[in-house]
Amino acid sequence: MIALSDYLTVSALLFSISMAGIFINRKNIIILLMCVELMLLAVNINFIAFSHYLGDSAGQVFVFFILTVAAAEAAIGLAILVVLFRNRRTINVADLDSLKG
Amino acid sequence: MSFEQIIFYLFSTILVFAAARVVTVRNPVRAAMFLILAFFTTAALWMMLEAEFLAITLVLVYVGAVMVLFIFVIMMLDIDIAVLREGFARFLPIGIVVAIAMLAMIWTVVGGDHFGLEIFAAPERHGVDYSNTRELGLELYTTYLYAFELAAVILLVAIVAAIALTLRHNPTTKFQSVPEQVAVKRNDRLRVVEMKSEERK
Repeated sequence: MIALSDYLTVSALLFSISMAGIFINRKNIIILLMCVELMLLAVNINFIAFSHYLGDSAGQVFVFFILTVAAAEAAIGLAILVVLFRNRRTINVADLDSLKG
Repeated sequence: MSFEQIIFYLFSTILVFAAARVVTVRNPVRAAMFLILAFFTTAALWMMLEAEFLAITLVLVYVGAVMVLFIFVIMMLDIDIAVLREGFARFLPIGIVVAIAMLAMIWTVVGGDHFGLEIFAAPERHGVDYSNTRELGLELYTTYLYAFELAAVILLVAIVAAIALTLRHNPTTKFQSVPEQVAVKRNDRLRVVEMKSEERK
């Protein structure tokens, strides 16, 4: 039998790896977007595991909405990325300093 | 070790391996491929949790649409990987430290002491006549109908935003000007010429 904590541990591992990925790939926007997708995936695993073990399908409905929003986010993020590359010829995060923030 | 456990640990290992490769691999296309592998193995884990509809949705929406979009964008851009990789070795130790600290913190909360089998017993498996899609649909179209409509609006806004951001106006492209077409008057198009009718011979 697989315990709920096993699923939660897998999801925690996934979240930690993507967190480390954001730290070590801080120049490459594409990999950063992929890390965000992995983080959302870890959260979704948590939702579905709790939904299964608590016998409540509301968790799965939440995952449905997270998938929708994540797809929209990826589409807009990649569109911004394409426009950025057209204007600056780079996707290096360190070069994107025109706002002087 | 039961068959269920073997499947769980197999897919979990592949998932963690794929995730680790996504963040460490050199080529972004390969990272996208490993991300696809991660999505597939996650779908398998969701199948084990009896979330069949969402598992199929993950494969269809993510692997079929989002990752294809990712790969298209990666292939469209002319990226210098060497520049993007600099600082990788420098930030690797801090990345690992952060990951381990994060994992330790989460694990103290969600570990076996709090969510083990003694506290949360594994629920009974549903029978063959159980339909996950039907149950999810009943929830979605009754209790969460308003949120469902909002999700549809979000997708519409995403479509409009993505197209508006990436649309380029090429001056050589010919296209119709709808306001001018609507505002046209009869005098702009039609000229009535008065002339005598010719006599029949």
